[in-house]
Amino acid sequence: MLSDPNLYDYWPYAGRPKLVWPGEKKLAFWIAPNIEYYEYAPPANPKRQAWPRGNPDIVGYSQRSWGNTIGHWRLMELLDKYGMRGSISLSIGLIDHHPEIIEAVAERDWEFFSHGIYNTRFSYEMTEDQERAVIRDSIESVERATGQRIRGYLAPALTHTEQTMDLIAEEDFWYTCDLFQDDQPQPVKTKSGKLISLPYSLEVNDVITYSVMGYTPDQYTDMLKRHFDQLLEEGEESGTVMCIPLHAYLVSQPHRLRPFEEALAYIASHSDDVWITTGREIADYFRNTYWDQSLMDIRARGVAKGGSGFELA
Amino acid sequence: MNLPESYLEYSKRRYGLDHDRHDWAPADRRGPLQLKSGKKAAAFIVVPLEFFPLDPPAKPFSHPGSMKTPYPDLRHYTTRDYGSRVGVFRILKALEDVGLKATFAVNAAVAERYPPLLKAVEHAGHEIAAHGVSTAHIHHAGLSCQQEEELIDRCRAAFPDAKTWISPARNQSYRTLDLLAKARFEVCLDWEPDQRPLALRTEYGPITSLPLMNELSDYTLLIDRRQQADDWAAQILEAAQFHLDTYADAGAQCFGFTLTPYIVGQPFRVSSLRNLLSGLAGMPELEVVTAAQVNSSFLLPGQA
Repeated sequence: MLSDPNLYDYWPYAGRPKLVWPGEKKLAFWIAPNIEYYEYAPPANPKRQAWPRGNPDIVGYSQRSWGNTIGHWRLMELLDKYGMRGSISLSIGLIDHHPEIIEAVAERDWEFFSHGIYNTRFSYEMTEDQERAVIRDSIESVERATGQRIRGYLAPALTHTEQTMDLIAEEDFWYTCDLFQDDQPQPVKTKSGKLISLPYSLEVNDVITYSVMGYTPDQYTDMLKRHFDQLLEEGEESGTVMCIPLHAYLVSQPHRLRPFEEALAYIASHSDDVWITTGREIADYFRNTYWDQSLMDIRARGVAKGGSGFELA
Repeated sequence: MNLPESYLEYSKRRYGLDHDRHDWAPADRRGPLQLKSGKKAAAFIVVPLEFFPLDPPAKPFSHPGSMKTPYPDLRHYTTRDYGSRVGVFRILKALEDVGLKATFAVNAAVAERYPPLLKAVEHAGHEIAAHGVSTAHIHHAGLSCQQEEELIDRCRAAFPDAKTWISPARNQSYRTLDLLAKARFEVCLDWEPDQRPLALRTEYGPITSLPLMNELSDYTLLIDRRQQADDWAAQILEAAQFHLDTYADAGAQCFGFTLTPYIVGQPFRVSSLRNLLSGLAGMPELEVVTAAQVNSSFLLPGQA
């Protein structure tokens, strides 16, 4: 076990070289609805119980199922109304369970990225081959269903191994959503490939705000606006990234969706300064435009450590 | 199993406190203190800069900000690291904009890992205090004297000039204060038994305790108790106003509070942070100084 994963080098926020997003935009905004499948009777993992109450957890399971039956469709309509494309964090198994959802999302030209096979199958204790199989299954299943080649990864239930980043980089993934150290992208130190950490968010993620922190819908809306205002202000100096990760089983609840719409409308009203886009497009632009510049600046700070993830130089 | 008879023996049952670090001096039995500046109260701001390793020990207890999910918990590792990379620079800017100086309490591991961060803090003229080795190095009664001295020595080497100390998680052994005084620390922010500077006795001469208010901790209010940032800021402003308003009866008092980079350095909390700092800076009778300065800001009893 290491005390530092060595997946990226220290990079102080102050004085970084300027990022400018396409169209001279200051903030890259993306919205990431998680479309997850939780199993009714998941197998045991030695490191974590799938359902806190044990199997089956009727309320936990069926609320998430409601998210796919009802919630997802409400959220999709809402994003349509504001002309926003989602970047779907997908439990890949859902392709088989609910092809109607995949079809509706693909029709809209939204992005898919992998969030594991099920949100009840954790990466803990997987061999390298098993984890690679999950990643390849993800690529192949989405490609078969939609023709899309996925480029992003959010580990299932945010469970990782020491190999996760190297494995996705090897399979030509462009971005990981699993690292929360920054409001700007940064190259990840993998053994091969060209992988960046793309700011996703736990802080403004509806699972955290609703299920963990217990905020009210109005508090959530207020915090999203403040978060946006601050990152937009800083984006003037150097482009920032804001993501709103969502889960329809939470945000599409009847008492929450309209307050959420207020935040979305607020963000949409700033489109002169904001690049409203997808995870893949931000990653693509950063990799092609700012990869070298970022590495040079990190090295210039004098604290780059060399080596790669979980391997010290 | 029955308890031994000694369980009902009370060897420290006496007037005053059950330890000798300081005397019992209740608020109504002592004279008011004054600040040299003539102001009515003093406040100090503490910014902890902590390293949260990916492989933390579970003993003597898990640091409150420590990893929560099985190894490798990249989620919490990177969330905490956000504070040292991004959040702290928002705090530095907010302090600079209102001209306030704070006490940055730094783990030796942060100083060793992130020299540019330490330089930025020093360059801005803030106080650097020692905050132990890291969140994985908690001081506790199970350490030998030599083990604890080694921890303090590593901090002394990282911060040769630091006057102020905070233990990781503000936890101590029975001998921590003695070892801190021995290592030439003058101010300690772990104890908060009073609302004014308080000399604690040690084997190596006194060390001053200043009250860093646990009940105003941003971790406690915003993370544990899940309050909104505006409510958190309002409570700190009320604490300041309370001390200004009670000055006539109670004299000058002081209090401190924390600004934790991975918490209040989050974009959605920055407007509350700014309101808090400009509110404090806008109280002309409140002295906002570093912890090391608080002690020397008070007139000793009897001084006019």
